[in-house]
Amino acid sequence: MEIFAVALPALSDAASLIFQPVVLAHLVLGVLMGLCIGVFPGLGGIAGLSLLLPFMFGMDPALGLALMIGMVAVVPTSDTFASVLMGIPGSSASQATVLDGFPLAKKGEAARALSAAFSSSLFGGLVGAAFLTVFILVARPVVLEFRTPELLMITLFGLSMVGILAGRVAIKGLVAAGLGMLIGTIGEGDSAGELRMATYDIPYLVDGFKLVIVGLGIFAIPEIIALLRADRAIADRSPLGGGWLKGVRDWFANLWLSVRCSIIGVIVGVIPGLGGSVVDWIAYGHSVQTSRDKSNFGSGEIRGVIGPESSNNAKEGGGLVPTLLFGIPGSGSMAIFIGAIALLGAGNIEVGPSMLKNNLDITYAIVWLLALANVVGTLICIAASGAIARLTTIPFVLLAPFLLMIISFAAFQSGQSLMDLVALFGIGFLGIMMRRFDWSRPAFLIGFVLSNPAETYANQAVQIAQSRFRKSFEDGIDYIFSPIVIVLIVLTVVSVIIGLRQAKQIMAEGAVKGGQKPAATIFTLAIFSYLILAYVNASLIPDYAAADRIFPCFVAGVSIVGCAILLVQMIRRPMTDAIFADREAVGNDGSVQGLWSTLCWFAALLILTAAIGFILALAVFLILFLRYRAGRSWSFAGIYTLAGIGFMSLLARLLNRDFPPGLLQEFVNLPWPLG
Amino acid sequence: MKYKTNLRKLTASIAFGAAMLFSSQAMADGHGINLEGKTIEWIIPFSETGGSAKWANFYAPLLSEALPGEPTVVVKFMPGAGSTKGANWFQEQSYDDSNGTLIFGSSGSTQFPYLLGDPRVRYEYNDWNVVLASGTGGVAYLPPDQAAKLDGPDASNLRDTDFIYGSQGATRLDLVPLLAWEMLGLNVEPVFGIKGRGDGRLMFERGEANIDYQTSSSYLKGVVPLVEEGSAVPMMSWGALDADGGIVRDPTFPDMPTFKEVCSATPGCETSGPQWDAWKAFFIAGFPAQKMVFLPAGASKDAIATYTKAFDAIKARGDFAEISAGRLGVYPQMTGQEATAALQLATNVPQSAKDFVTNWLQERYGVSLN
Repeated sequence: MEIFAVALPALSDAASLIFQPVVLAHLVLGVLMGLCIGVFPGLGGIAGLSLLLPFMFGMDPALGLALMIGMVAVVPTSDTFASVLMGIPGSSASQATVLDGFPLAKKGEAARALSAAFSSSLFGGLVGAAFLTVFILVARPVVLEFRTPELLMITLFGLSMVGILAGRVAIKGLVAAGLGMLIGTIGEGDSAGELRMATYDIPYLVDGFKLVIVGLGIFAIPEIIALLRADRAIADRSPLGGGWLKGVRDWFANLWLSVRCSIIGVIVGVIPGLGGSVVDWIAYGHSVQTSRDKSNFGSGEIRGVIGPESSNNAKEGGGLVPTLLFGIPGSGSMAIFIGAIALLGAGNIEVGPSMLKNNLDITYAIVWLLALANVVGTLICIAASGAIARLTTIPFVLLAPFLLMIISFAAFQSGQSLMDLVALFGIGFLGIMMRRFDWSRPAFLIGFVLSNPAETYANQAVQIAQSRFRKSFEDGIDYIFSPIVIVLIVLTVVSVIIGLRQAKQIMAEGAVKGGQKPAATIFTLAIFSYLILAYVNASLIPDYAAADRIFPCFVAGVSIVGCAILLVQMIRRPMTDAIFADREAVGNDGSVQGLWSTLCWFAALLILTAAIGFILALAVFLILFLRYRAGRSWSFAGIYTLAGIGFMSLLARLLNRDFPPGLLQEFVNLPWPLG
Repeated sequence: MKYKTNLRKLTASIAFGAAMLFSSQAMADGHGINLEGKTIEWIIPFSETGGSAKWANFYAPLLSEALPGEPTVVVKFMPGAGSTKGANWFQEQSYDDSNGTLIFGSSGSTQFPYLLGDPRVRYEYNDWNVVLASGTGGVAYLPPDQAAKLDGPDASNLRDTDFIYGSQGATRLDLVPLLAWEMLGLNVEPVFGIKGRGDGRLMFERGEANIDYQTSSSYLKGVVPLVEEGSAVPMMSWGALDADGGIVRDPTFPDMPTFKEVCSATPGCETSGPQWDAWKAFFIAGFPAQKMVFLPAGASKDAIATYTKAFDAIKARGDFAEISAGRLGVYPQMTGQEATAALQLATNVPQSAKDFVTNWLQERYGVSLN
């Protein structure tokens, strides 16, 4: 009751802060900007907030907050467009939406998938805000219960979702996840700074691969290439009956799923340190496990869209708890948000432990602005979804160069060097091969995303536990086996068992027939050799830095065993077995164009960029591609190219980025954006 | 209409003439470059999310107002390899290409690898031209049950405790607290792998870590509320430098003993000798001039004067104390001679101190820097 006595006046203060026309106008402006930025895959809250930052200094706090929260809140709403329409994860929050959203779009039901996603997002956002209103007052002690062992267990629980996404051959899924984790360990170790699969001569590798690049490479590039080879539009039939109203009804029919996933979203969001990377996978896994008919998952099940989308907006609300109450950002965009708040007004709003005491009204204003922004953003998105869904009927050969341009730009955001493009291309090639031989790409991505938290938390938990055990045995046991940890262990075990049992029914990427024996075996051998290499490389790390050695060695060891079993099976089984799945085998893919000729186009862009810089290379690429591959007239190609380059330059100017230069720029000084 | 146009032309030419007059005067005095219509790029070798980003975002709009011609100042982030990537890039930039439109913001994490001879460092501080040096301090704190064991400033009763400390890495700024605690004879085990000092505080709040330190502004924001509710007690500040280079109490925390006081009160801890000299050298490199703004190698005197004047003007703002206190803390923001002196102190660590620390890192943490 005491809580309410504190909260009620603050709530009314917050309401009077928000409900002014000028504040609402700023909110709508922020929402519109957020929608525009979120639509582009790879650009998210960080890019958007960086754009706003210069205006924040001395701005009225209510207006500045409205603008920023409007922007942050709708990014996970609008990034759904890329996930559903193009099969490209718009951000880490909508990785899982791709699994069922994109197949729906291919069936011509994009509008249905979108509006179901938006309804879920809205609902999730509102549940998040409502939950927070009460929870924020009691959150501090709850959050402090999540110590390192608990964080480790949540990470492992997220990893257990690999089970359900492993595909038909469970071991392949396991090895894919292991490979993802190993790619995640590349670079400087967190504990002792030892290098894994990297050298100081290639500084790019020392920092490791960024999620943007791996996500785009493993999902977007293979889809773009596949669609390009099929030489048609994304939807292989004209939009049928899948209108936006149907999507809203779908959501309503699955209201309880939406409620459960929203709550999952808030709770995982509240825990600092994990952020959004696991929540959509956990929600997706939950959706699958609680559905009676599992046969459609992976090939266009609307519940597979509703689950993750309900959770990812709710997560934004939950993520505010560590941000506001502890001053510890749950994500990159929240970190900028904290910095920006300090610039507002007289600078007297200080995020952190004092927030509840001194700025409870501001805290509530933030929570409710978040809810409002969700409503406004969703309404705009639903209204636009019918029209935007028509994108899926455009011949893909016209869409592909534009997408490639955007993806390359997004990739440059992470390291601002040519190496970003090389990495994108390399991981894209791995993605293409994994898609071809039916290795689970979701499992790979989960492994990659959770590699760093799994390693760090495991190392820290072990180290702290050792210290506790030295004190006394009970102290150590108390630390490791807290009630939360035990519950999470049970959940993880159950999830793995259910997952493995059901995995065979869930074709996360459609059914693929067995094909040629040599090709599939060669790919498996290639992975096997990388695993061996990674193992040997990690095992050479000296003893004093053992903390950087254990995790990659363990993961590589398990994966090597898995891969070896796979190879033995390959020798013994007939060619038609699922283990030899190969999309290139005739009749599996509907491809008209060859794989290698399509890849050559992209390789050419890469080499040209190295020679003459990105913008010039892009111009050459666009014009030639449209003229010769798409078969359009020179004038069409010219106009397309001009528009594309213009758009790219505008975006770069706004975000204040340079393009990677090539060899040419070493010798000649060219004006921006060429140089 | 015609009359109006003429009038406009006339006023415009008067304004132009006046501007020319002023700018030529400024040129003649050797006091400035005009940056009107230009865009200043301020390179920060970290991501958008760190402390350097906050510092640069605080100064950027003020700098834009204070520079002649009010140019646009944009902060550009170039993260990678713990800031050595951005610093190496800046080293290759010549002043003639940018003509005063390019500045660089370094931090303690840029200084330490430079001092320790990290193989990735290809930059040379002495080539650059410092125009601003911002200082800060740091505070170590304990849980109340451990703080109760302190006997005044004497820390020797803490020696039988197993301390856990959430650390970002022994070769980073954490070197200063880790070495300080070791000198006091405390048994502190660093748990590596945290992503920022905020995570270290969270670990302390969760009761997993039982010793921690924060830089001044984070201490004021994040730890003072904990102190008020009784779940944390300050142990010592690192102190501040006086004009003679001696360590005195931190003006932001005048009631807290400095590490020097604690050390001299604790038996076995020496405030002289190679260990102390090494600690002091790295404290000076890391805190009193933690963040600096540089113009590239070969910058003209005019450009240096222009930026120095601009930062002086920012410091002279009536509201500077008020708006900076919350974001930068109450620390010297040095320009001109002061900044140059601070840079000298921060980057010229005696070889013996470097050797000591390199050796210590190797023996204690197995970190080899070659």
